Amino acid sequence: MSKSVSTNSAGPNSPLVSRRDLLKAAFASGLSFTLPGLDLRAAETRGDERQKSLIVIWLGGGASQLETWDPHPGTLIGGPTKSIKTKLPGLEIADLYPRVAEQIHELNVIRSLVSKEGDHERGTYMLKTGYRPDPTLIHPSLGAIASHELPNDKLEIPSHISLLDTQWPARGGFLGEIFDAFKIYDPGNGIRNLKARVGDDRQQQRLKALDVVSKSFQAGRRVQVENTLHQLTVERALRMMTSEQLKAIEVEHEPSVIREAYGDTPFGRGCLAARRLVETGVRAVEVTLMGWDTHANNFTGHETQAKQLDPALAALIHDLKQRDLLASTLVLCIGEFGRTPKINPLEGRDHWPKGFSCLVGGGGLRSSLVIGETDTEPQTEQDASKSSKGPHDPIEVPDLFATILRQLGVEFDKEVLTPIGRPMKFSSGKPIERLMAST
Amino acid sequence: MRWKLLLPGVVLLAVVWLVSFVTNQPLKGVATEETSRPTTDLDESIQKVNSFFMQRWAGEDLQPAKKVDELSVLRRITLALMGTVPSLEEIRAFEQDSGPDRLSRWTARFLRDRRYAEYFAERLARGFVGVEGGQFIVYRRDRFLNWLSEQLETNRPYPELVREMIAGDGLWTDEPEVNFLMAGYDDGEGFNNNKLAGRAVRAFLGQRIDCAQCHDHPFDHWKQHEFAGLAAHFGQLKLSPVGVREDHDLKFEVEDRNTLEKKVVEPAVPFGEKWEPADGTRRERLAAWVTHPENRRFERAIVNRVWGLLFGRSWIEPVDDLPDPPGDEIAGPKVEGAKHPKAMKPGESDLLDLLGADFREHGYELRRLIEVIVASKPFLLESKSDIDDPARLDRMKQHFAIFPLTRLRPEQIIGSLLQASSLTTIDQNSHLISRFIKLTRSNDFVKEYGDLGENELEDRAGTIPQALLRMNGNLIGETIDAKPFTASGRISQMAPDDATRLELCYLVCLTRRPTAEESAFFLPVLEETRPQRRGLFVEDLYWTLFNSPEFAWNH
Repeated sequence: MSKSVSTNSAGPNSPLVSRRDLLKAAFASGLSFTLPGLDLRAAETRGDERQKSLIVIWLGGGASQLETWDPHPGTLIGGPTKSIKTKLPGLEIADLYPRVAEQIHELNVIRSLVSKEGDHERGTYMLKTGYRPDPTLIHPSLGAIASHELPNDKLEIPSHISLLDTQWPARGGFLGEIFDAFKIYDPGNGIRNLKARVGDDRQQQRLKALDVVSKSFQAGRRVQVENTLHQLTVERALRMMTSEQLKAIEVEHEPSVIREAYGDTPFGRGCLAARRLVETGVRAVEVTLMGWDTHANNFTGHETQAKQLDPALAALIHDLKQRDLLASTLVLCIGEFGRTPKINPLEGRDHWPKGFSCLVGGGGLRSSLVIGETDTEPQTEQDASKSSKGPHDPIEVPDLFATILRQLGVEFDKEVLTPIGRPMKFSSGKPIERLMAST
Repeated sequence: MRWKLLLPGVVLLAVVWLVSFVTNQPLKGVATEETSRPTTDLDESIQKVNSFFMQRWAGEDLQPAKKVDELSVLRRITLALMGTVPSLEEIRAFEQDSGPDRLSRWTARFLRDRRYAEYFAERLARGFVGVEGGQFIVYRRDRFLNWLSEQLETNRPYPELVREMIAGDGLWTDEPEVNFLMAGYDDGEGFNNNKLAGRAVRAFLGQRIDCAQCHDHPFDHWKQHEFAGLAAHFGQLKLSPVGVREDHDLKFEVEDRNTLEKKVVEPAVPFGEKWEPADGTRRERLAAWVTHPENRRFERAIVNRVWGLLFGRSWIEPVDDLPDPPGDEIAGPKVEGAKHPKAMKPGESDLLDLLGADFREHGYELRRLIEVIVASKPFLLESKSDIDDPARLDRMKQHFAIFPLTRLRPEQIIGSLLQASSLTTIDQNSHLISRFIKLTRSNDFVKEYGDLGENELEDRAGTIPQALLRMNGNLIGETIDAKPFTASGRISQMAPDDATRLELCYLVCLTRRPTAEESAFFLPVLEETRPQRRGLFVEDLYWTLFNSPEFAWNH
């Protein structure tokens, strides 16, 4: 039913009803639009007045650019993948994504990302932090930086969340573990260890006692104990245990039309939960879809993957747009690298960091841009296997990160001191001006 | 469906394997008087360390924290050496021990406990081979761990272990030390010489040369060609049907990143050429160079690591990125500000050199090194102080004028939880079930609590998932359940009176007695509790103590 209170109603056709009134009505009638416990003002703020958030759709294992946003049908490297037209004139993507094709004009396509990391762990580090791995420190991920720099005191749940299982979730790095993404492995099926083991009376008694015992320990250790963040983490955990805002991950409250649009898969539920979390005021959400590491049977593998990604991603963009949240929510769909143009004897593609694709948009960025181009027509078998020529108009990962941070409202080149006193910028790149809306 | 027929057999096999796994370790009696006598000539070494700190604190104008009570030291020692709080059984015996040098004797006793060998082996292994399980077929971390704990149990001189790890030959199953090399074996790509060279230098010499693999070190002096020379020592490694061996025909080639030309690199070391013998295989030569008595980096690295494992913080951080030994700085451009905060002042000695030399002069015995450190002043200081100024406290922490507060590792938390659920010591002599639980539950808990992997000595704060796990986790619930055979159940039923009941809970969980304020809070509640509800009271108290910062942090 949420569509009936979509922000369109505040448009020219219903001049007499303000958006605020509508929201109030929605709240009072218990419609799913407004999440319980949410400050009405925060929920009401829409459009570009709203504080910005980030959703990263993480394609774990490394999706093939050729089977997603940069197909080359009919060439030596293209394989059997066909392309389809999109809403954006001139842009064609793999035919596995008919629904994304309807929405892709809201975002931008970068087809020329370059990185030097071709190993899963190192590549993930690079594409989550914008820095190459460094044995002497751990850089914070995009989401951690955003949560650190853009706090939201109304929030009772963690402001940086990772949905679904992943080997290397986004980390707080030198900003501290408190900025690690809070992991929810199965959105829609509860969070681990969230329920108190005893009734409220006993729980209160336990907590009262905890105060007494903590006080004895603090005597003579005030500063040291503060630094442990023990108290803070316990308080936050408790606040979270009883918070109504947690309903944001209970996607079952959504109308079935919406749930079906996202797809009845863990990933679909994850994307839906991501939207609800952002709506609640969570700063950064990462939703992981694993399974892209197609060293063998690349084409059937990507077909299976697309069945999950296509509806979920398309529904997410559409839904954000419908709710007037897209202008305040930056969406990045990316993985640790792409896959080789050359098709190996097992019908697979291997790791390829030298020219791969991502989608980025929303959050006030421009839309409908297609940046970069990979080698279209290798003339010979040899060209296809070597393909050492980089993409046209290469985009470095740090530049993409600087763009995103700046668009979120973070001073991307701010220098912070790491715990060992080494000055480090949030991003070492330069914003890609073309992507920023002219202001 | 045929596989279902096999199921009972599989289960049976699994049970047999588990039972034999838990029981195959030799059962040893409690350390006797004979074995728990501390090493005799420690005093002089302890004095040297103490004078170093007296001078350092005076020079820094720092008043050290007060001396801590011995029960607190006992907790620090069992946590550091065995990953658990002391059991009630141990606390009672310790308190009844009125002989001289009580702490030293108990340290010596724990150092002969199988729990030390196993726990400390895991800690050291993280530096040597990391935490990855790797490819089961060609890498057996479990065998490596067993080997390492046997070496600790027999107190073998440290350089011998390192030489075997670097230069060993054979199968990873028969010669478990070669798993150090197998950890650097990638399926399909063979031995990763760069990874091995980087690892060896970090683990055994405490310096990070890894980044010189691709480029010159950004703020240290390492050069790319120096790294290649080191890596070439692993260049003749070969995997054969009989395991690891040297193939003298292999050449070590490096590709120039600019010209893409390949050139052969001969083994070379970046400093101390005279320590490398001319004879032997490449790896034997490297091992001899690494462990050469004049190679101070070798002893400094292990001293810094052991210091870190005992205090929860190494003397120099990060634990494997030490500055060059004083007086042995390698010429080369250092960027500005690279001077280390712990650098010596004129007229001072260097702690790592001091302890390193002592370690070398006394037969490179790890046990002795530990005994010296835990008996020296810094280990015996309070973790609290009247000083409230963060900057000053930070300097005290920096120079170990106060015992640092560090987050317990997940293994220490789970070890302590399980130990606190029993009144007797859980060790090799314990009931099978206790050990079975410890074995099966620990890994899951460690993963969920957040394993820090190789970087476990990093300064970390608590996290929300940890708080949730401690408050609401299943294991916690089961541990504090007041059943007839759990500690909480026995305390609630057997204690003669309420004051004892309260005291026992505190001793078992926090290794101390309740303060007057705490007694004043809990005793009236306890007195009002009907006898049949005492179990619930004890459960609640256990929960509270487990969730206190005091339980989850080393102090």
